Amino acid sequence: MATSRKKQAQARARKKKVRTPGLWSLSDRIGVFLAWAAGLSLCVIAAVITLFMAWKGLSYLNLDVVTQSPEASLEQDKTGGFLDPIIGTVILTVMGAAIATPIGIGTAVWLTEYGRPAPLARFVEAGVEIIVGAPSIVLAIFGLLVFQQGFMAPFSFTAAGGEVFGRSFFAAGAVMSLIALPFVVGGTREALNSIPKHVREASYALGKDKASTIRRVLMPSARSGIATGATLGMARIAGDTAVVVVLLGASLQLAPEGGLPVIDVLKGTGSTLTSYVFQNSPAGEGNAPEKAYAAAFVLLMIVVGLNLAVNWIAKRGQHKWV
Amino acid sequence: MEAASLGTKAVPKEEDPTNRRVELLLGALASSILLFIAGMVIFVFLKGFPSFAANGFAWFGAGGNVDEQLANIFNSPADPAEYVYFLRAWPLLWSTFLISATSVAIGIFVSVFTSIFIVEFAPTAVARVLEPVVKFLAAVPSVIYGLIGILVIVPWINDTFITEEMRESVAYVIQLDGSSVIAGVVILTVMICPIMIAIVTDSLRQVPRNWREGALALGVNRFRALRTVSVRAIRPAIVAAAVLASARALGEAIMLSMVTGSIGFAPNPFDGILFFFEPSRPLGATIVDGAEGLSVAPFGQTMYAFAFILIISTAFLSFAGWVARQSLAKYSVGAK
Amino acid sequence: MGVIDEEKASDNGYVPPLRQIQVGGTTEPISVAERIQEPDPLLQQEEVPYFDDTQPEWFEQIMRTESLSISFGDKKAVKEVSLPVNAGEVLALIGPSGCGKTTLLRSLNKLVDLTPTAKREGRILLDGTDTDLYDDTYLRRRVGMLFQQPNPFPMSIFDNIAYGLRERGSKRPRKKELEPLVVDSLKRAGLWSEVKDILNQPALALSGGQQQRLCIARSLAVMPEVLLLDEPCSALDPISTSIIEETIVELKDEIAIVIVTHNLQQAERVADRVAFMYLGDLVEYGVAEQVFNAPQAERTKDYVRGDFG
Repeated sequence: MATSRKKQAQARARKKKVRTPGLWSLSDRIGVFLAWAAGLSLCVIAAVITLFMAWKGLSYLNLDVVTQSPEASLEQDKTGGFLDPIIGTVILTVMGAAIATPIGIGTAVWLTEYGRPAPLARFVEAGVEIIVGAPSIVLAIFGLLVFQQGFMAPFSFTAAGGEVFGRSFFAAGAVMSLIALPFVVGGTREALNSIPKHVREASYALGKDKASTIRRVLMPSARSGIATGATLGMARIAGDTAVVVVLLGASLQLAPEGGLPVIDVLKGTGSTLTSYVFQNSPAGEGNAPEKAYAAAFVLLMIVVGLNLAVNWIAKRGQHKWV
Repeated sequence: MEAASLGTKAVPKEEDPTNRRVELLLGALASSILLFIAGMVIFVFLKGFPSFAANGFAWFGAGGNVDEQLANIFNSPADPAEYVYFLRAWPLLWSTFLISATSVAIGIFVSVFTSIFIVEFAPTAVARVLEPVVKFLAAVPSVIYGLIGILVIVPWINDTFITEEMRESVAYVIQLDGSSVIAGVVILTVMICPIMIAIVTDSLRQVPRNWREGALALGVNRFRALRTVSVRAIRPAIVAAAVLASARALGEAIMLSMVTGSIGFAPNPFDGILFFFEPSRPLGATIVDGAEGLSVAPFGQTMYAFAFILIISTAFLSFAGWVARQSLAKYSVGAK
Repeated sequence: MGVIDEEKASDNGYVPPLRQIQVGGTTEPISVAERIQEPDPLLQQEEVPYFDDTQPEWFEQIMRTESLSISFGDKKAVKEVSLPVNAGEVLALIGPSGCGKTTLLRSLNKLVDLTPTAKREGRILLDGTDTDLYDDTYLRRRVGMLFQQPNPFPMSIFDNIAYGLRERGSKRPRKKELEPLVVDSLKRAGLWSEVKDILNQPALALSGGQQQRLCIARSLAVMPEVLLLDEPCSALDPISTSIIEETIVELKDEIAIVIVTHNLQQAERVADRVAFMYLGDLVEYGVAEQVFNAPQAERTKDYVRGDFG
């Protein structure tokens, strides 16, 4: 038996050494080919989108378009710039994150640190997932429904007949906060979960109760996770169009409402970069594609900037627990 | 030793009133999310109910030109007693289903293979570049995809694929101008793939090294080991990715309203090659297009009926995905 | 370079001619051109009637490394190790933690190559053929491996054993065809009596010791010629350990076994030959009793006496 094994080995050795067929079936080879094809097309698509947007964007971007307000005109040259949409984007992003952050932190803390009764906690988790999946257009028209109610009158334009208009930065910001909420919850939960148990126990050992442990020990450690979540949420807000189209309407300029400073802008309508791009594309009414490209490029930079900020925060805030 | 005994003593008691208050407060805050969702579903349903009530189950069926019906609803007489609600929403539903299902199906396939490439075959340097690139693509706002679609893809399709004969053959029903199902599907696929790739790649990396090495040590080739052990183990993550992508696809409104032609037409698979170039308009895009008319009572109610269909489908999808993940989650990784 | 102990002649005084090539002294680095030109040592030996069935089978050499060095970045984990692996024997690699024995083991079926930073010099021969000439997959078919942590796949017990058989070729064998092979492997791994009624249950529900034996059965099912064991018992209780050790001793007639272990008693119980490694060097290699009872090198003496480690 041993001899035959030896003979076999020698026979094997005498054969062409490199060829060992049967290791890769045809389907395996096809699979590898598809994997390469898919991976390379991803590279190509990413490169094409980036270069195309950079080329188009940079060729139409100048100081005027970011410092002028939009003007209604049939000629593209006279349509002004998109200063107002930039301001609108900033307002909505900040407002949405400002509303979402406290709610998100509270929810996340309750889910990770308390989570009782357990079934309720699971439902809340499922609820957060439903919000993630809910189309922003649905959230938008639901927001409109809410802000059109009489008691919401202080937050938007009220017509002479008492009909509440329901469209304002307040309304849009509130709905946008829903879009950011799951990100804040996710970021905070992840951060809290990564804090080892012994840290909490050490705090209890020092005589602190649970509430102050959360506030004084856990929250500071979770800060970077919260910031990551909020920033991701801001990126999503900056990129959302449906909410803006429904809750700010089609006007491109800021249209303040009432006499109070700041509040008047928030109570009024306007636009953001996303709705500006939409309205100025052939799909909208403006049809100024050059302006749309330039605005899209600025929007892309904002979103990329926010995503880079996420990476930076995450890297900087990386806590090494022992 | 002392610290330990101190520790056990110092663990806060459950009855501590401040703690209890904090817990209740936070719990109430968290539960308000549930209230909010319930409120949203109920109010949207109530608002859209007249449209369902007036049409019955025929609401979901086919019949007539849906755009004409919507126009009639919009032009209803001011008297509430004479509101027009007649609607056969099938073309919009079909369009929604067709575009999202196709994109997600292609997307699952493409993103699993792309993730395999990133995790297994790409040179380290390429993989290191690709992962942030995927995150970047996932973050690109849909309106930018829409802009590229309407200014580049749609004219290209119009010039390259649509012949005069094709145009003439359907001229009496629809106009072919490149805004089409295929444009919507292609761009939507590009849009949702990065989300899926990010999830699938993450979970592929979480597959215990043990399993992969175990399979390789049995003399199974790299691709087969990956397919039969790693990809198998991350099925829950693939389901999660598909659910998230489907929700995005179903709810995508702006981009689709830009590139699919915004015509309430149900593309017919029996039209052969023409099928791909026929225009259509899914639910989300219909609501966006009708956003200005929401204040017209019957029209607004019809839009809320569409919104109800969307929110129910996405909520159902999330739930189904959750169930599927639970059943697959046994001995798997990356279940989220 | 550590002292490589010249192996003492065994009981019957027979010294296999191959041995001179493999162990002892220095091995000249071979250039790539030479490596390909060089006639296969096994073929060279073909006419020499050194081999006959009366000799103990372990004289047949199945694998060997030739001045094998492995480094991760700047760190050299294995330094110029030349080591034979004989068929029909259990070879134990011992040494303190971090001495490179696991790396050496993982290089024998090129699992080390999965680590992007790993660099390898020198060669590994399987049946006299440079394994670089083989597809890695082919090499791993012939050289199986068992890991420190039991790693059954998240499938049923049956599917675990059948996995290697199913996924090796282009056509998937039917369950009927696989059944005898699966049963046989389980029997050889000493697990059959425990799992014969629960073949369709998930493998991860088994106990740690059972899981490890399942992994042995899984490796056996694909009939490798060499089985590498990487501290297979370190995660197990004493009873499972002794069962696995018995299995190892039973298996060695069919398969060459290389075992990495921290546990000297275990090495003494199962090994026919022992290689002692220290800081990446192969310090001593020899018949087990000799390494344990009359070690040549100082460091080996210290280690087997338990002075460090």
